[in-house]
Amino acid sequence: MLTEHEQHEIRAQMALYEQPAAVVPEALKLVQARRGWVADEDVRDVAAFLGVSTAEVESIATFYSLIYRRPVGRHVILLCDSVSCWIMGFRDLRAHLTARLGIGMGETTPDGRYTLFPAVCLGACELAPAMLVDGILHGNLTPERIDEILAGYE
Amino acid sequence: MTDRPLTALIKPERAPLSLAEYEHAGGYAGLRRALTLTPAEVTTEVTKSTLRGRGGAGFPTGNKWSLVPAVDGRKYVVVNADEMEPGTMKDRLLLEGNPHQTVEGAIITAYAVGAQTAYIFLRWGYQLAEARVAQAIADAYAAGYLGERILGTDFSLQLYLHMSAGRYMCGEETALLNALEGKRANPRSKPPFPPVSGLFGRPTIVNNAETVSNVPHILRNGWEWFTKLSSGADGGTKLFGASGRVRTPGVWERPMGTPLREIFADCAGGMAPGYAFRALLPGGASTGFLTEDAFDTPLDFTSVEKAGSRLGTGTMIVLDDKTCPVGMQYSLQRFFARESCGWCTPCREGLPWVARTLEALEAGDGEARDLDVLDAHVHGLAMGNTFCALAPGAMAPLESALKLFRADFERHISEKRCPWT
Ligand SMILES: Cc1cc2nc3c(=O)[nH]c(=O)nc-3n(C[C@H](O)[C@H](O)[C@H](O)COP(=O)(O)O)c2cc1C
Ligand code: SF4
Ligand code: FES
Repeated sequence: MLTEHEQHEIRAQMALYEQPAAVVPEALKLVQARRGWVADEDVRDVAAFLGVSTAEVESIATFYSLIYRRPVGRHVILLCDSVSCWIMGFRDLRAHLTARLGIGMGETTPDGRYTLFPAVCLGACELAPAMLVDGILHGNLTPERIDEILAGYE
Repeated sequence: MTDRPLTALIKPERAPLSLAEYEHAGGYAGLRRALTLTPAEVTTEVTKSTLRGRGGAGFPTGNKWSLVPAVDGRKYVVVNADEMEPGTMKDRLLLEGNPHQTVEGAIITAYAVGAQTAYIFLRWGYQLAEARVAQAIADAYAAGYLGERILGTDFSLQLYLHMSAGRYMCGEETALLNALEGKRANPRSKPPFPPVSGLFGRPTIVNNAETVSNVPHILRNGWEWFTKLSSGADGGTKLFGASGRVRTPGVWERPMGTPLREIFADCAGGMAPGYAFRALLPGGASTGFLTEDAFDTPLDFTSVEKAGSRLGTGTMIVLDDKTCPVGMQYSLQRFFARESCGWCTPCREGLPWVARTLEALEAGDGEARDLDVLDAHVHGLAMGNTFCALAPGAMAPLESALKLFRADFERHISEKRCPWT
């Protein structure tokens, strides 16, 4: 079930577009805010609310990178692996992060604290190598810098 | 009058100018002047300024606006701030640094083409830009620059911020329109072109954020002033950037047509200590390599094409001697393979094959015929063989790498390992 709040937010978005179905990605992002990912029932709820087929919503959900269809940890780390970060040391950082967290790319730590994803260019190439943690940008990374940053997360 | 209009008011160490500060510095004077002209006169002003699109293709902006049919009815303007081309970070500077400039540009653009609704399509992950643009829009509404009967005229405009759900394809203008309609971001067949049939089938102008940010200055200072900002045929300034092992990576505003050497040596400070230069991609991941013999090339659309590459986004990616060119190519092609929208077969099947081949080469598992596979894709995915420009763009760095770094590719095969590891 979509919460009152979610229904309200989705309706507010609908006012901004000529056709209501335009808000499918936005609605998915809104329900994702609840637990960090989009479950099957969320897809069905959004489809029913907007009068769009579940298959259609599903195909949109799987298309966009920021919609997660599997559970994620409390904090999501997006480590840029695109060209400028690659040149500036992405592979060392990946080695450091996977060793430190004890997980591979795309996995979540057993305590549910972190999920680690590779990400495409974050548009911060002058600060390469870079990553986002819960949407916050960190640039000019080194293994030591990563340790400092992660020390601040529970 | 400044000769660096786009960045003159941007101070990276502080928050962007408030609305009052922006107005005090001459902000919204361009809009005020535009509203004293007819929409057609505004378009003429922009056409005469020789402004060309800063999104990569360099299409003349005034000409694009003229394609919108002069009939009543719903029309749209979309500011393309998707900025997902690897190696590109220029629109972020504008949107974080002076969001009112882009907002004002969007309003003038909408007035010129007769749009009642405009969207700023912002890439995911630009959290700071999102907050600042949202604030600028709210302030512009409160001051009467947006909404009903703007500044007491008959012109009304709604401007909304749309956050992308994340996919490189969303930057391609017709895929962007599908994304805004809430669909998968597959490109549309052209014609019809967006100025005739775009968002929800209505006439729509899609312009890059940097393009739009130039518009207030053209209206405020006149088209002649704009043409004189550069010495070449394309007027105005350009945001240039550099990333990789240069001494001072960054983004700088310089005259359109500034020689490559000046950006590389003076702005970026040349190579970082301990690294030697090999080649660079002049304008993001989908441009071909240039080497030192191209350093005197003026960075404008025509000259860079003559030198064998493309100006693209104007933000260069520098390859040094300690980075393996095959590994770098693998990173590039894996990006394109991952971001292919899957709509047409050559790209959907071809790019992953290219990426897998490069991965094997880099790991020392390559064979001589792998180079034939790569060469074949360079031809197979050329412009005209795929539905949109993503795949041909991907082949630009690969084609030039196979020429320039052939010996490095071959060493990976003969030595059965990456010589850089
Ligand atoms: C795969 C692909 C991605 C693109 N990404 C962007 C982008 O992020 N921003 C942008 O302004 N243009 C991008 N473009 C170019 C747009 O299709 C379009 O040409 C541009 O937004 C037009 O604006 P302009 O005339 O002001 O340059 C992309 C093109 C392709 C083929
Ligand atoms: S070239 Fe690639 S990105 Fe473009 S339409 Fe075809 S599959 Fe999609
Ligand atoms: S390549 Fe990593 S931020 Fe651009």
